Amino acid sequence: MNEEFLNTLGSIIGTATPLVIASLGETITERAGVVNLSLDGSLALAAVTGFAAAWTAQQAGVLDLPAQIGVGIAAAMLVGALIALLVGFSSIKLRRDQVAVGFVLTLLAAELARFLGADYTRIPGPQITRFAIPVLQDVPVLGIVLFQQNVLVYFSYVLMFMIWFWLFRTKGGLALRAIGERPEAAYARGAPVQRLRYWYTFLGGALVGLAGAAYSLNVKPGWSSPPAMQGDGWIALAIVIFGGWHPFRVVLGAYLFAALRAVSGYIQTNGLFIFGQEISFPFVLLNALPWLLMIVTLLIVSGGLTERLLQYMPRAVQRRLRAFLRSDPPRALGARFEAE
Amino acid sequence: MKNPRNLAIQIGFLILPIAISLALAAALVIAVGRDPLEVVDALWKGAFKDTRKIGGVFNFWIPLTLVSIGLVVTFRAGLWNIGVEGQMMMGALFASWGAQYLLLPESLSSLLNVILISLAALGGMFWAFVVGLLKIRLGVNEIFGGVALNALVNVISIYLISGPWQPRIGGSAQGTEPFPSPALLPEFSSRFPTNLFMIALVIAAFLIVMVMLNATRWGLNLKAVGANMRSALLLGVATERTSMSAFLVCGALAGIGGSYRVLFTFDNLRPLASGGIGFLGLLVVLLLSIRLLWVPLIAFAFAAILTGSTRLQIALKLDSSLAGVLQGMLVLFVILFHGVQEVFFPRTLDDEDTPTPDPSRHLNGEHPIKREGQ
Repeated sequence: MNEEFLNTLGSIIGTATPLVIASLGETITERAGVVNLSLDGSLALAAVTGFAAAWTAQQAGVLDLPAQIGVGIAAAMLVGALIALLVGFSSIKLRRDQVAVGFVLTLLAAELARFLGADYTRIPGPQITRFAIPVLQDVPVLGIVLFQQNVLVYFSYVLMFMIWFWLFRTKGGLALRAIGERPEAAYARGAPVQRLRYWYTFLGGALVGLAGAAYSLNVKPGWSSPPAMQGDGWIALAIVIFGGWHPFRVVLGAYLFAALRAVSGYIQTNGLFIFGQEISFPFVLLNALPWLLMIVTLLIVSGGLTERLLQYMPRAVQRRLRAFLRSDPPRALGARFEAE
Repeated sequence: MKNPRNLAIQIGFLILPIAISLALAAALVIAVGRDPLEVVDALWKGAFKDTRKIGGVFNFWIPLTLVSIGLVVTFRAGLWNIGVEGQMMMGALFASWGAQYLLLPESLSSLLNVILISLAALGGMFWAFVVGLLKIRLGVNEIFGGVALNALVNVISIYLISGPWQPRIGGSAQGTEPFPSPALLPEFSSRFPTNLFMIALVIAAFLIVMVMLNATRWGLNLKAVGANMRSALLLGVATERTSMSAFLVCGALAGIGGSYRVLFTFDNLRPLASGGIGFLGLLVVLLLSIRLLWVPLIAFAFAAILTGSTRLQIALKLDSSLAGVLQGMLVLFVILFHGVQEVFFPRTLDDEDTPTPDPSRHLNGEHPIKREGQ
């Protein structure tokens, strides 16, 4: 296969990684029944914190590069986890609306990121380096696409399988699904609903923080205002819905968005040729594509239109297609649970 | 208030979130090596130093109050109209179209102003209608529909500014040419540079919506839909139409707010002309637990912080986002402390004259990611 094409696929996988990690983090949070709507702001604040921490470690001159990156990632994960905990605490303990708190935190975190990032704008800092996996990188086709990446990308592969395995193959995962679907039943069977919700909110938030660091230390190095990842938090939230709260489908959604972006970016720099004929139109309009895709995917998975179209299909196809297209949220998503 | 303990708790919980937000903001300022008192001084002077500055506060207050009034309506119906920012922008686009292509002589300026403002209202309604349609008929949650439509209208505006509407000389993505003067809203005076007609319009909108919400069947229907969609339907409320009407009212007000940005504040169309005012309106309304009465006052305070913050950059070389940080923390702590009060200091029974505000009460009717009919 064409080497250039494979390299492009590889770079799509690379640039999609923060989206993959953030969406997977939100997936487990929502599986537990908590919505962390603060993603867009959390990503920005985690990104700038991670960058600032790594940069400071670099300036100190004591640590080597991997350790600098480690410091940055740890700081970013802490920020993401703390914001998520605040959402969890306000809904579980203080009985506030998750959406309201999450939305306020989105704005607050974004403004904080801008304020704290003012001194770190457009300065070079440490970056995560590429690390090709020996042997695997030489596998034809897949080697170039999947295994000539950096550590975070490899982590995202592992994370996807880990979450899938945990959710559907372990007792702990069963409890996780139960507290998001039927918390009363889970509670009656002895699951510590509130404590588990705190834990998975924390864990999901930490992954969102990691995604933030993946931007500022790798995909969009450094910090600028407005942040390079602005809007991606919302896209990640939509991907979770599109992915039907299933890790494989969520990851597929993230790659789809990244691919669309790569295509529109490619056209904007190189022009569009169809059968050798140059097609010209205002390329700025291509920036609308990810958002149109977001609306379309949500249209498909959330009932309404799909349901009406399905009416025209033969019955046998209907059921299968519906199961494939539609995605149903955890039943207790966003609902409070009070132990009697 | 009959019970002194309850009164003390009430006052304490009014002051605490404000005090904590201010203290945290001060700590933040100290952390970046500045003096919080200087920041207060700069904010104050930036907003109230003279009548010119106060006029500037009104110029933020006008669109902010308009969108906040609109958002009270959508929140009442249990809808999260995050798309309000895009509805402002669509209003600004419609007004900008009219300002460039409807050429009337200076003597008919007032008429043109009214036409442009009406166009802007239509623009806002159009974009709100799309969110409403996606939500009500097609099951796309209004938060995500709204976010996507906000982004789409920004793409459209950048396309227009860098394409069909670009200035004849030095076309760039900075903005269109200044609009012809009959299209622009006039200043009251150079010493008080704001538009009195718009201030009157805001007050009128406030009063009308107040009456509509509290004294009409429509207001009652909104509340019913917001409290419980299913029961409202069973009680015979036309829930779809009621929800859509809430979107349309909010869209119209947001559109008018957007027109003020381009016809007065900037005199041309720029990318992101709405300037985050729609999101700020969401904060205002959340701070007030969706009560309309105090909207103009809180909007004024937020507008003052916003106006004052422009001075931070010049006087102290501090990023103006400090204003947003302060506003965000205020709202966050007010919401959190409502919770602390409710959970840890439940009210005693003899004191029921003022219900505890609970921002989540109207929002619980339905969850954003959950679909109806499931």
